[in-house]
Amino acid sequence: MIERRCDVAIVGSGAGGGTVAASLAPLCREGLKVLVLEQGAKLEEHEYTGRELEMADALYEDAGGFLTADGTMTLAFGRAYGGSTVVYTGTSLIVPERVIRTWDVPGLDHADVDRRCRKYAEENNVHLLGPELLNDNNRLFVEGCRGIGLLAEQFPLNIRGCHGSSLCNLGCPNAAKMGTHRVQLPAAERAGVEVVTRAEVLRLEERALQVRVSAKPAGGKGLPSAWEPGDYRIAARAVVVAGSAVGSPALLLRSGYGAQLPRLGHGFTCHPAHILVAEHERPITNDVGHPKSFYLDRADEGYVLETCMYFPFTTAKNLTGFGPPHSALMRSFSKLQMILVLALDEARPENRVSVDAGGRPVVHYTFTPETIERMVRATRTSARIFFAAGALRVHAPSADPPLIERKDMARVDELIAARHFLPGKVSVSAAHLMGGCAMGRTSADSVTDGWGRVHGVPWLRVADASLFPDSLEINPYLTVMAVADRAAEALRADLGSLP
Amino acid sequence: MLAPGARAAHLWPVMSEPVLPPVRAQFRALASTIVPETAALSEPGWAELERIVEDALAARPPKMQRQLRLLIRVLDLLPLVRYGRRFGRLQPAQALRFLSAFQDAPVLLLRRGVWGLRTLVFMGYYARAEGAAAIGYRADARGWGARR
Repeated sequence: MIERRCDVAIVGSGAGGGTVAASLAPLCREGLKVLVLEQGAKLEEHEYTGRELEMADALYEDAGGFLTADGTMTLAFGRAYGGSTVVYTGTSLIVPERVIRTWDVPGLDHADVDRRCRKYAEENNVHLLGPELLNDNNRLFVEGCRGIGLLAEQFPLNIRGCHGSSLCNLGCPNAAKMGTHRVQLPAAERAGVEVVTRAEVLRLEERALQVRVSAKPAGGKGLPSAWEPGDYRIAARAVVVAGSAVGSPALLLRSGYGAQLPRLGHGFTCHPAHILVAEHERPITNDVGHPKSFYLDRADEGYVLETCMYFPFTTAKNLTGFGPPHSALMRSFSKLQMILVLALDEARPENRVSVDAGGRPVVHYTFTPETIERMVRATRTSARIFFAAGALRVHAPSADPPLIERKDMARVDELIAARHFLPGKVSVSAAHLMGGCAMGRTSADSVTDGWGRVHGVPWLRVADASLFPDSLEINPYLTVMAVADRAAEALRADLGSLP
Repeated sequence: MLAPGARAAHLWPVMSEPVLPPVRAQFRALASTIVPETAALSEPGWAELERIVEDALAARPPKMQRQLRLLIRVLDLLPLVRYGRRFGRLQPAQALRFLSAFQDAPVLLLRRGVWGLRTLVFMGYYARAEGAAAIGYRADARGWGARR
């Protein structure tokens, strides 16, 4: 075991860890040592090829196919220098006031979160894409919404120099996405923060971490770690855990904090999602241009719709069924319009993160009747949008058969129904993973306070989406940065009192 | 592409042998029902599809690998009960009906099994450059610059 020492160790380098690293970087000028431990690799620019499996392998946990315990949903989250900010589409929304009010976390008010979100929006060049860069897939969504009397809103995006490759979810090949891998982490490193990749944190000890640094596998992507492969014990005055809503609770659980923190792992939410497609008469621009430029917020109905564009395998997997009808739809790829349906789920006792005997994370998730009903409502609205935009047929997972022809568009409510939502048959995926180390008042109702301080463990902090006590109801990235910024601020204030 | 087994292989004890060879013929019959276009694949095309599937399986726990092999054998033999012949000898319409019934089964384990199998076949077929090109997928790192 190789011994190392630092003042602050940050676990994870995504929206949470990257933000904390940049926020604590000024401490390096005072002679303090700040260390970021990232399980994934740092890719070189030429390694962003846009090839589906290759990039999924390199940038996602389980290649983007992390299965829930009962195998009915796949979870997509990043495992790379920059975490999930490398693989999302750059959508940057500010959390609504109602969400923060409903969370009811002492010391967490919307004005503070809003201010911090705006700070990072500016830092990351968040803006609206010009109309000349919008593709047909997005324009048809706007037209379809208008056609049924709804108003699609444009996503603010954190991009600079977008070429419209449409490959955002495979890591931008043009370095245009301003994730933490482009902004916060490089800034932190320039200021003296050390980032160690391929470093898996196995377990926390009292003011220390057990870490395994792996060698670059033969044929794999990414730079080798800055540290020699091997097992390390790193002593730290403070540890900030920012390893995602799956990784953070799992690390604390396998480190033995479950008994003193009974809410650890609880309250997992994820905005379960369907990919819907519709076929138009003629080819449209769909696999060129930014894929996710507009959305429709129907939080009052329990769902959000977003434009999207996925890759051949991902699209095939998310269509229901197989055989000739499935193949026919895939052959129409150039004519497909796509909408991502996200249900706004709620924290439930049965939906939680645990660890197996080997310490690996296990995510337990059951679709409640309310969540299924929200997905069905969202699918019906999407079908109307598709038809209003001129689609010939719509593929709806919760319809049986899933293809609805234009002549049946008036029967959408009848054909799309909760009874057809058969877990294990329909494909459901999620990428907005939240909860597990929720903020709150005491260990009876939460894991941390409103500043990410773990109850009863002054040297241990959490700074990622696992802090959310319930669903955020929007794309989480800016809010993750805001709560991480708060956690870093609290740690700066507290560090002098930590031995 | 990554070398076989390069991804996350450290997480699980590596299975000593590939999953598909003992059930290759049965797997190909099922794959041809899931993606009919696979019937036209050349031997190198099949080899590439199967290599992609094996790479994906190498990153999964050995228990899951054994379950997949068992599922393929069960799906091959069960039609004997209803049709008096194994899956590979069914007419295309019969094969589709049989597999669809599993997809709609009341038992989650069976539905999951078919979902997992179809996901692997889709991965093997559509993640190949030829499979993506055949459906007209044209995404390019140059984005609009490649189209205008």
